[in-house]
Order: sequence, then C-alpha cells, then structure tokens
Amino acid sequence: MPDADDVAPSTPAVLLRAAGKTFNPGRPSAVTALTDIELTIAPGEFVSLIGPSGCGKSTLMRLVADLEQPTEGTVEVFGKTPHQARLDQDYGIAFQHAGLLPWRTVQANVELPLELHGIGRADRRARAGELLAMVGLAEFGGHRPDQLSGGMQQRVAIARALAERPRLLLMDEPFGALDEMTRERMQAELVALCQQTGCAVIFVTHSIPEAVYLSHRVAVMSPRPGRISHLIGVDLAERNEDLREDPGFFAAVTAVREALRGHDVQLPPRGVEVR
Amino acid sequence: MGVLALVLAALAWEGYKLVGSDDGWSAFGVRLLPRADDVSMPHLWQVAQRFGEPELSAAGSSSVLVAVLQAAWFSFRLSLLGWLVGGVIGMLLAVLMQRFRTAQDALLPYVVVSQTVPLVALAPLVVGWGGHLAVFGRPWQPWMSVAAISAYLAFFPVSVGMLRGLESLPATQLGLMHCYAASWWQTLLRLRLPASVGYLVPALRLAAAASVIGAIVAEISTGTRGGIGRLIIEYAQSATGDPAKPWTAIIGAAGLGLAVAGLVGLLDLALHRYHPSAGR
Amino acid sequence: MNRAGALGRRIGAPVVFGVAFLLGWQAFVDVRHIPGYLLPSPSAIGTQLSENLADVVSATAASGTNALVGLVAGVLLAVGVAVIAARAPFIEQLLSPLATAVSAMPIVALAPVLATMFSATSDLPRRIVVVIVVFFPVFVNTVRGLTRIDPVHAELMRSYAAGSWDLTRVVRLPGAVPYLFTGVRVASSLAVISAVVAEYFGGLQNGLGSRITSAASNTAYARAWAYVVAAILLGLLFYLAALGAERAATRGRAVRH
Repeated sequence: MPDADDVAPSTPAVLLRAAGKTFNPGRPSAVTALTDIELTIAPGEFVSLIGPSGCGKSTLMRLVADLEQPTEGTVEVFGKTPHQARLDQDYGIAFQHAGLLPWRTVQANVELPLELHGIGRADRRARAGELLAMVGLAEFGGHRPDQLSGGMQQRVAIARALAERPRLLLMDEPFGALDEMTRERMQAELVALCQQTGCAVIFVTHSIPEAVYLSHRVAVMSPRPGRISHLIGVDLAERNEDLREDPGFFAAVTAVREALRGHDVQLPPRGVEVR
Repeated sequence: MGVLALVLAALAWEGYKLVGSDDGWSAFGVRLLPRADDVSMPHLWQVAQRFGEPELSAAGSSSVLVAVLQAAWFSFRLSLLGWLVGGVIGMLLAVLMQRFRTAQDALLPYVVVSQTVPLVALAPLVVGWGGHLAVFGRPWQPWMSVAAISAYLAFFPVSVGMLRGLESLPATQLGLMHCYAASWWQTLLRLRLPASVGYLVPALRLAAAASVIGAIVAEISTGTRGGIGRLIIEYAQSATGDPAKPWTAIIGAAGLGLAVAGLVGLLDLALHRYHPSAGR
Repeated sequence: MNRAGALGRRIGAPVVFGVAFLLGWQAFVDVRHIPGYLLPSPSAIGTQLSENLADVVSATAASGTNALVGLVAGVLLAVGVAVIAARAPFIEQLLSPLATAVSAMPIVALAPVLATMFSATSDLPRRIVVVIVVFFPVFVNTVRGLTRIDPVHAELMRSYAAGSWDLTRVVRLPGAVPYLFTGVRVASSLAVISAVVAEYFGGLQNGLGSRITSAASNTAYARAWAYVVAAILLGLLFYLAALGAERAATRGRAVRH
C-alpha cells in the first residue's frame, strides 16, 4: 500500500472536476442525479455533504468510492482513478446500515478487510484489538452483532472502516439511526479519531448541527439536478462538548440553513463560495 | 428453459447409453452406475414409439397414449378434489389455531407428525371405514378413498402456511385494530385474511403437488383402478418383456405433475394483485 | 401469561390432547366393539409392538439406514449443485422447471425401473429414490440462500476490491447456512417416508414398508400399525434432529426468510 510520503503534499485527497452522473442515459427513464460538480478536498480535511433528499449527496460519495461511475467529468482520488484507489484500498467506507456480518463476532467483523488482504492472524488480532479500544468497545470483541445496540454496531463499522489506516474515510449518514445523545457522543469521538489519524473525510448527512460540528467545510447541495450550491467554510475553535453552545457555532448553523433555503449567506471570516 | 433442460436430459440419457457398459459400473460390490442395455434403459425413441402402440396384446385395445391420458385425467380429477377438500380443511384449521392459542399448541405438533405416517398404512383404514359411511346419500366409492388420502396430504401445507400468514402481522397493525375496538371477527376479515393471501398462494402450490402424489400413491395402496398410479404398477410388471412400457406410465405421471404445477401457476398470476410476493 | 405458564402450555397441551385422544380411541373401540380389521385399539397396537419388538427394531434400522444414506448423499449433491447454480444463473434457470415438475411427481414410482437399472437385490434403488426426493427441496432452499445477499454486504465487499470467490466464501456461504438447514429439515421427514414407501414398489424387502404391507394384506392391522408407529417415530427422530441442527446453526442470527 502506498505510503503517505509517496504522495506529494499538494495532491488533493479527492478531486472532482465537472463531474456528473446520469442514470439510464439516453432512455426515457434517464435521471440526472449529479451535474457539474467541482470539489477539491485536501488531505486531512473533513467535508460534509448536506442537502434535501434527492440532491445526489450519496451518489457523489459513491462516485468517489467507485461504486458508481461518472457519466461526465473526472473524479480523482489521491491523483488516481477511483477504480485504482479502490484496488489500492486507499479509502475506508461506512454505510448507513452498519452491515456487520451476523454470523461473525465483533472482532471477526473488524478483521474482515485485513483477512481479505492477506494480513496474518496475529497481526489481525492485534490491529482489531487496537481499533475496538479506539472506539471504546474493547470488551465486546467476542460478542455477536445482534447482541449490540445500533450505536455500538455503527462504532464497530467505523472501527472496521479504519482497519487499514486509510487516508480517506467515506461515510454515508452513519449516525442516521441513532438517538440525539448517542449521535453527539459519536460525533465527538469521530472528530477525535480523524484528528488522530489525519485522514480526509467525506461525510453525508441530513443534520445541520452535525455537519457544522464535524467539518472544515460544508458542501450544501440542491436537487434536480444535484449540484453543489454553496461551500461554507467552518472555522471554529476546538471541537468539544461546549462548542455546541458557542455563538460561532449557531452562526455557522444559521449560515448552512440559509444556504439550504437558497438564500444568500453572510459568514466571516473563512468565507463562503457560492456556486 | 424447461424445454432446454429436457433436451439436455434426453442427450444425457442417450449419451450414457452410448458409452455405458451393459453391466453398469460397480464399486465396492455395489452397482453405482446403471446398466446401459436396452432392457434397463430403453432408447428414448423406443419409449416414444411405445406410446403409439396398443396397450395390450389383446385385439381392439387402444394405444398406450390413450390409456395413459385417460388414467392421468382420472387421477387429475381425484387430486383436484383432494386439493380442494384439503385446502378448505387446512384453512379452517389454521383459523381455529390462530383464534385459540391452546388449540394451536395442542394440535400443531400432531399436524406436523401427521405427515410422517406412510400412506400405505392409511389406505386400508380409509377403505375399511369408507364402507361404513355414505356421502350425500351415495355409498362410499373406492375413488373417494383416494380423494380422502389426497386431501390428507394437501391439508398440511395449507394449514401451516395459512397459519403463518394469519400471524404474520406487525404489532402496530394489530394495535391499531385494538384501538378501534374491533372484534376478533372484524380483525380476521379486514386484516388477517388479506395479509395471509401472500402465504396462502405458495402453500396452495405445495398442496397441489402433494395432492397429486397423494392421489397416485393412494391409488396404488387402495388398488383403485383407472388412475395413473395403478397403471405404473401394472406396466412395471411387464418391465423385462416390454422395457419401454413402464416408462410411458412414468412420463404420464410426470406430465400430470407438470400440468398441475402449470395450473397453480396460473392461479398465482391471477391473484398476483392481492399478494405482492409476500412470504415467498 | 408469564413465560413459565406459556411454556407449560406449549408442552402440556399437545401431551394432554394426545393422551385424551388415545384414551378416547381405546374407549371407542371397546365400547362400540369395533372389530380389529376396521380399527385396531391402542392397546392392541401396543401389544403387537412389544411382541414383535426385535423385528420392529431391525426393520426400522434398515429403513432408517436407507433414509440416512439417501439424506446425506442428497444434501451433499444438492449443496454442490447449488453452489454451481448460484454462480451460473443459467444452470439455475435450467433446473428450476425441472424441480417444479419433479416435486409434483411421486418419485417412489421410479423404484421399479431403478431396480431394473441397478439391481433388484440391493438397497441402492431405494436409496437413490431418497436422494432424488431430498435433492430438490435442499437445492431450492440453498440456492435461495446463496443468491440472497444483503446489498450492503455486497457493496462492502466491492469496496474491499474482493474477488467473486472471496464474496462467495465470506458472505454467500455463511449466509446460506440457515436456508440450507431449512431445506434439510423439510427433506428429513420426506427421506424417511420415501424410504419406507419405496419398498412397496418391489426390491429388497427388509424394511418397514414391506412389514406394513404384508401385515395389512393378512388383515393383521394391529401389527401393521405397530410398524407404522415405528415409522412415525423414525420420521420424528429425523425431523427433530434436523430441527435441532437448524436451531443450532441459526443461533444468534436475525432470520430473514
């Protein structure tokens, strides 16, 4: 697997240029999910995608993951095609539904990518132990997924996504099924994890406070056809529990909400890009 | 696709006859591959030809094809009756078991066990008892025994499938009916029965197959003449002298099974509006 | 009703019903003086069972062995073909109409021709009948399990750039295990019945089927039913074993059939 040093520091983690996706092109049932997407994500940067249903945010993430192919424009991941990035295992992914294999223990689930890529048993076990400790589930290694709550299953899924120390994390509403208190706790943990590992993140969400809390930048998307309407920089102090009650936080949330409504947005100092 | 499967099977049959030895192939003293001679495995065209020839060596007997078709028609009518009767009994039983949990606990194990009783044992019982009964004023006919045994095999999948369907409702829907102070009967009519259609139709499918098997085996064990079961046994007795004959009867039985499967498939299509493939 | 009460009812109700049924049956035969050739009483059956116990046991062993051999061979064959069929949908489309046709046909009718094809003096034709009967439910259920993958798991494996063999090994096969065991459960009692009924069509006469029919043809119905009871118990044994295996294999999983 390529080392972080191999990539020139100026190579963006993710680059989308005039990217678009049309399903069933050329037929009457054609649907343009995305059009004219321009987005550059620097290494270590956390970007959220937010917008109403049907704005293509999941599709955008799936283009980066090589789970869909773009019908227009280009998509690059660490300077390579998404296909190559997938073969090189440059990213880790966490879906809306944890997708743990029910017949494997929690530990075996976390070990799954390592097993598939030929890591030896002792190394796998050690790494899985590390990861479970990182997400606070160290004692649950021997449990089965059905014995865990939804939040715990998602934590296992996140641990699994981090298994191979990816430089890019793709997350599709991973906290969607959780209650508010658990969500806030998971958000704090996720931010800490990302700062620790230095990975870039694309995070799809429905929740404005979540997007603002987690991200360096928030990409506000609008539907029919899906495009990025605003890119809002969020320059706030250290992410901790008190941040959610900080006036700067509320201002950022308001800015995102206004952008979602399609109004003009004022937000110093990092600025807003209006597309 | 089914035609292709048949063609491939035919090729495999003839192909084995070409390469296989007349004595088969044995390992550990047990013959693992069949004898390939013409007595054990008649050529397919010989079987086809046999359909056209007269059934018996007696003068004036009709062709085998006619005999097989008549027998198949006889068995078809009996299995249809068995399917209907078994289906109705199965549905009533399912409703009873859903209504009274105790009845379900008490009866369901026996319903399951009932299918482990070999039909050969039931046949004399049914025939003997039939002699003492009269249905709608008419004395018990042998074919009624066959229909009864066919119904015996058919009722099981229907009762089990329908019970699953009646109980398949999510708690929220049942709770809603409870809030409306709906009676058990209203809940049955408006909620449970429509919900169970998706389970009932595949169950009726299984019941149709079971009723055919039941009818054929019952014909053999009760000695009822006129059906395809009896024909299989009769023709099998002339296996050494007339190797193609038993196969004609077997093909007839297979054809009957296919016809029944096709009919139930039509029923499935007709009811498709009412059950969006639930419970498959 | 609390859990203990519900459990008690689940076990107690069928037992009570069964005992009441037997008592009622016995009383009916005694009071109405029903002759043995019409309906044997439970006590008569019990007597015959104990008198012929050695023969009952040996006949049960013979039929049971046929059923077991056929069941195991049929399951192995069905799983092998199912794995191939899941990878090559063409094969599955070929076999499905065949499976529907075969399931409506009494396979036991093949017993006489199988005897001619193989041997009239061995257990093999009956065991082949069992294999055929067992093959189709196990095949249909296993294919269903192998082809039903949760889309999330499929996408996860794609994100790992896993090959199709990896997908089969890690997701399809373990996921199909509950379906396989459901098929085995359905096939288990069919195996016993086919093994018993196949004897009626000729061949070696060392199992329960031949005992039942010979007793019945001598109008010794109480003795016939003694063997029937053995057949029922054998079928139950197979069914409960398969049910137990199914429960054990699906332990800890959310079963979504």
